[in-house]
Amino acid sequence: MNLNPAPRIPWTRKHLLGLEELSREEILAILDTADSFHEVSTRNRKKVPALTGRVVFNLFFENSTRTRTSFSLAAKRLSADTQDFQAGVSSLTKGETFIDTAKNIEAMGADVLVVRHPTPGTPHLLTQHVHASVINAGDGAHEHPTQALLDLLTIRRLRGRIEGLTVGLVGDIGHSRVARSNIHGLLKLGAKVILCGPPTLVPRSLERLGCTVSNNLDEVLPLCDVVNVLRIQFERDQKAVFPSIAEYFRLYGLTAARVERAKSDLLLLAPGPINRGVELTPEVADGPHSAILDQVTNGLAVRMAVLYLVSGQKTDPR
Amino acid sequence: MRTIQISGGRIIDPSRNLDGVGDLWIGRGRILNVGEGYDDPEVILDARGMIVCPGLIDCHVHLREPGNEEDETIATGAAAALVGGVTSVACMPNTLPALDTQGAAEFIVLQAQRARKANVYPVGAVSKGRKGLELAELGQLVEGGAVAFTDDGAPVASASLMRQALTYARMFDRAVMQHCQVPELTVGGVMNEGFESTRLGLPGMPAAAEDIMVARDIRLAEITGGRLHIQHISTARSVELVREGKRRGINVTAEACPHHFSLTDECLRGFDSNFKMNPPLRTYTDVEAVIEGLKDGTIEILATDHAPHAPEKKLREIDQAPFGIVGLETLLPITIKSLIEPGHLTWPDVIRALTIEPAKLLGIAKGTLAPGADADVTIIDPETRWTIDASKFVSKSRNTPFHGWEVRGRARTVIVAGEVRYTLA
Repeated sequence: MNLNPAPRIPWTRKHLLGLEELSREEILAILDTADSFHEVSTRNRKKVPALTGRVVFNLFFENSTRTRTSFSLAAKRLSADTQDFQAGVSSLTKGETFIDTAKNIEAMGADVLVVRHPTPGTPHLLTQHVHASVINAGDGAHEHPTQALLDLLTIRRLRGRIEGLTVGLVGDIGHSRVARSNIHGLLKLGAKVILCGPPTLVPRSLERLGCTVSNNLDEVLPLCDVVNVLRIQFERDQKAVFPSIAEYFRLYGLTAARVERAKSDLLLLAPGPINRGVELTPEVADGPHSAILDQVTNGLAVRMAVLYLVSGQKTDPR
Repeated sequence: MRTIQISGGRIIDPSRNLDGVGDLWIGRGRILNVGEGYDDPEVILDARGMIVCPGLIDCHVHLREPGNEEDETIATGAAAALVGGVTSVACMPNTLPALDTQGAAEFIVLQAQRARKANVYPVGAVSKGRKGLELAELGQLVEGGAVAFTDDGAPVASASLMRQALTYARMFDRAVMQHCQVPELTVGGVMNEGFESTRLGLPGMPAAAEDIMVARDIRLAEITGGRLHIQHISTARSVELVREGKRRGINVTAEACPHHFSLTDECLRGFDSNFKMNPPLRTYTDVEAVIEGLKDGTIEILATDHAPHAPEKKLREIDQAPFGIVGLETLLPITIKSLIEPGHLTWPDVIRALTIEPAKLLGIAKGTLAPGADADVTIIDPETRWTIDASKFVSKSRNTPFHGWEVRGRARTVIVAGEVRYTLA
């Protein structure tokens, strides 16, 4: 493997805030870099010295297990020092603002801040107040760029391409940062995007981005090469947006019967955590179409690539 | 008090349809005359190339005192008004405690007298504690100096309370000023609901929330015969509703704020809370409709909704930051840039909307250069170019979306009660 991944264009960004502001070439640069790092995960010694001496801080103002763990592990595989900061057990509960919190953490020598926050735009705001690189690990319903990148990487690795594919995003689009980042990334890479769910969860205005909106999964499913199943966010009050889980499952649940009517090589993604029996049945989640566990592995490679690129390529990864 | 001759300016007084170059004479705190006739003035102000008009009136400001003096005080807000060319402001009752008693109104009047800057007129709360449950003592508020009523900061949500307020206020011939918004449609909202809010993942506040209450309140004004004033109108449909209401002879007036005819919801793309206000920045269609409403007289008043917030409050996650921006010191240049330069309104139109029209709304003997009137006069340099710099604001707060804008025009000399209280350095 080429351990000195050379992106097709020079990477100049200090932060990764979202896919909306990235060009097609920049997205491909991340995916190519991630491909190079993918191999590291399969070795016995799963570590490269690329970020030796760098400090990566996970600044999570919202609960997360898999994204935080994935970033931590990615940083460790690049030989960076990592530290977690979890709001709630910290001074935030004593009234400190998140900007002060971030500045304090930066003063401890953080080179990269991986930020998750329930409010859209918070990582963007942070870039105006700290010198460190900021990676958006999810800002409210806005963007979750590394999740979309790992979805893109998974599609590309398993299907060999993204251009020309039809990708269905199913479920709670309105509240989903994963949906927004996926829409931007997929459209830039030439896929056709169909958004599917009840009208209360799928804002029609997203058609203006170039997506198709549908409320009928059975109509849409046979057209899809890839379906990405978005989680119903039970932490939000969903009572107002659909009458019952049973009805949601009946209309939008991905069952074996439904999958049978799909293309035979349908690729099934889910950002997780999934609610088995709500968005999809266990046999579908664990079935032959499912790439859910590939996504997790690819997530590590994508996060290594992003950490590596935003840190600058001055360091020889070997 | 000294006699002042303001010489050679373009005197614009829409209350008397006056627009021409001449001299304005002031003495003993009153307007003496426009034209010739007085010898040996003690002070001569050279106003050649300037616009001389009645002191501007802003019928919608928040001065934060009592309760939030870290944001603004009556003294600093009244001083910021002068810098903006504004000689009279009407301050909203969403203070702590709410401005809902005669004593609270008298406190405002007293603090304004002590400050000796712009005139300050209290607007009393419609409901006790602004809770929207029962009428405040409107009659005693009037005795304390209140010139109108509103629960601004929040709408009077209850249709029945709004009906009572419009009916009861008739005996004082005072307007009920309404922040029109159906609260249950805007819960948790941060910005205008639409493509931009969807793209940014931010909770939206639909235009319909405003439209529905405007429609409701116009109908309530019709059945009560009360005076309804729509504050900070921001949607195309609301403008249409007010236009139709006026056509039907209903007693309804409306005000528009500079940010609602100069900015759109696209400004939120940077997640800067200085673009977060309530009502929120809307779309181009709405901006065009507000301008059209100003042009055809549907909206007769310009106001700032000056809403100061200390930096530590505004510098938060966008959903945590409070709504509102300061506006007094940017009122004129933004209005010039958005309304006069593109040719939507003339100088007399703009001055009318900032003098005699708000004076009529508030029922105050201001906004005119008629002989004998209080000598509140603003001298505007309409051409001077400058850059808006929030760090130089006289207001205690800095929360403006216009920082760094290259603009034209500002107040040069401001006279209140015959006294020069502000001169541009």
